[in-house]
Amino acid sequence: MTAAPTISAPTTPRYSAVVKTSVGFVAVAAVCLAFADISITTLDPWSEMKRMAWGVLTPDFSAVAGLGMVVMQTIAFALSGVALGAVGGFLLSQVFHLGPVRWICASVRAIHELFWALIFMQMLGLSPLTGVLAIAIPYAGICAKVYAETLEEAHLPALRILPRGTGILSAFFFARLPDVWVHIKNYTSYRFECGLRSSAVLGFIGLPTLGFHLETAFSEGSYSEAAALMIIFYLLIATLRYWMRPKLVGIYVLAAPFLLGGGAVIEMSNIVRFLTVDIVPAPLRGAALLDGQTWDNLGHWAGTLLIDQALPGMVATLLLSQIALVATGVLALALFPLISEKFFGPVVRTVGHGFLVIMRSTPEFILAYVFLQLWGPSMLPAIVALSLHNGAIIGHLMGRFSDEVRLRPDSPGGINLYGFEILPRVYGQFLAFLFYRWEVIMRETAILGILGIATLGFFVDSALADIRLDRAMFLIAVMVAVNVAVDSLSRHIRKRLRLDARAREA
Amino acid sequence: MNVLFRLNNENLGYDGAAVLRGISITVAAGERLALVGESGAGKSTLLSVLQNRYDGNTALIPQDPGLVRSLSVFHNVYMGGLHRHSAAYNLLNLIWPRQREIERIRPIVERLGLGDKLFERAGELSGGQQQRTAICRAILQGGDAVLGDEPVSAADNHQSRIILAALGEAFETIILAMHDVDLALEFSTRIIGIKDGGIALDAPAGELVRSDLDFLYRT
Repeated sequence: MTAAPTISAPTTPRYSAVVKTSVGFVAVAAVCLAFADISITTLDPWSEMKRMAWGVLTPDFSAVAGLGMVVMQTIAFALSGVALGAVGGFLLSQVFHLGPVRWICASVRAIHELFWALIFMQMLGLSPLTGVLAIAIPYAGICAKVYAETLEEAHLPALRILPRGTGILSAFFFARLPDVWVHIKNYTSYRFECGLRSSAVLGFIGLPTLGFHLETAFSEGSYSEAAALMIIFYLLIATLRYWMRPKLVGIYVLAAPFLLGGGAVIEMSNIVRFLTVDIVPAPLRGAALLDGQTWDNLGHWAGTLLIDQALPGMVATLLLSQIALVATGVLALALFPLISEKFFGPVVRTVGHGFLVIMRSTPEFILAYVFLQLWGPSMLPAIVALSLHNGAIIGHLMGRFSDEVRLRPDSPGGINLYGFEILPRVYGQFLAFLFYRWEVIMRETAILGILGIATLGFFVDSALADIRLDRAMFLIAVMVAVNVAVDSLSRHIRKRLRLDARAREA
Repeated sequence: MNVLFRLNNENLGYDGAAVLRGISITVAAGERLALVGESGAGKSTLLSVLQNRYDGNTALIPQDPGLVRSLSVFHNVYMGGLHRHSAAYNLLNLIWPRQREIERIRPIVERLGLGDKLFERAGELSGGQQQRTAICRAILQGGDAVLGDEPVSAADNHQSRIILAALGEAFETIILAMHDVDLALEFSTRIIGIKDGGIALDAPAGELVRSDLDFLYRT
């Protein structure tokens, strides 16, 4: 009689590439944490926190003068900027296959709206155009990419049957556009919600939107007024689908430019000076270009800038964003069960939804601003703000995703359900969301420099404040390079791990 | 004899991998050809090669009916005539269908039983209705020939006869891949049977009976 055949089992467990990658990222973040500057420097954060909490409980709507106009202008800037960006993005998406177009789009979207605003401020002053372009330009870069991908991925069987001799325009509008239109529409309306957040934040640098009044209220310590402003902002976003009707979009967009308000007069001489003098590296201005000494000076200028500002800024930006990325992931994994039917009843889910909606509707810039008031300058407010906002976004998407999972009738409950049934099924999607968000976190990290955290944005902001625009441009170029590098690394990892690409709205 | 299609001892397939080998075929104007054989035998390959080689205008009815799901039946049928109008006129009809075009298209869709669906989205129709929409589009398009890949696969016997009769009136030359052997014999003038990567049968339909085709489906 022969022995029953046995399958020789490996004696040690083997881990998948997904798990190894995750562990790698956590390890990197842990190392970063050791070097990060994390502390609470304010003398009495608790009493400030109590005053804020009291403000939240007693919102004061009467204190905000001309509230209607503020809301109107916040919407108007978002509408004008997003409309311009979407149209520009759509046109660019048609030539997105050209290498230079792709590069330009990647570069313009690597620069955050706030930096665009600061750049245009140098040319146009505090005019409405500054705010509109600050939203329109990066959004055009993002929309171009997403629209192009949507058109490319679409299954378009009708292209095959077109009669010979059909013109390009007719083919495009009949066979290509209609079946992707709904995706483009949905994405654009999602972009508009982002545009509202951008518009509000632009107020922090002086444009007449909600952020302007928010900053005033915060700096004066009138937290009841600040709470009222935030509540208005949440209501604006929560009611979006009731007032943003497809049929009204045209009217809104036409009306918006008239509601932007006046502002500084645009002077051509400023624009010319900015383009021809201000952004030219100082050693080159008026110098003899054929003189070897000039180029030595330029080398010295760039070298000093790189070592004194760009590198430290880059290190801080990378440290902070790696920590924030992992914290975002941990938070998202902890939060998503709160809104999942698989884990909780309606009461907990409602509370969970409320929390996630507030956290993802609040721009991270505002969250960071609040925590900075509480805890003083260090990386801590930035990490908490970035991970709360981004964790809430991913947690929300994951919660919805987990509800789609079909369980067997006798599946376990509680922590076993989470660990054995749900998490393994949603983890790939989770990583896709997170890696898609990586580039966004990076960009946000950079702008938090404006609040005084020593990331790249801090050095850009200081250079702008000193009116050394050549330095600011150099540092912004470094920022673009870092962002594009992270974006391509993220794409590489997503591809290698074969993560689903349905993460665009993350 | 006016020859429309000619293949001479050719290997046909995708990406260099031949599905069919040593294919020689000549199709003259006025012929009604039925391609028969097991599914996967290479009928679709042969059809798309014929379509791509032909220089003039032919109408195509692919197996996936090639519809724009978010557009109405009217618009999908209208697409068969895109080449006849300027881009501006086409766009005008996309947004606001002209009465003249509606009147042109209405009788075609009514004949194929889609009269009440004219302004419904193609994506919301049943498989059979989608297939008939694609046939209406081909009829509107017209051309020297129509090439159809199982155009009546989702129709019952009665509907199939209406569809084939409509195609017969609209086109002089017809090449259809068909799985219903009886219908193929009834409708076509010539049968081409495909088996084992080659043409196993090529004969006038009038000289064949059903049992002559049985060997094509035997393994």
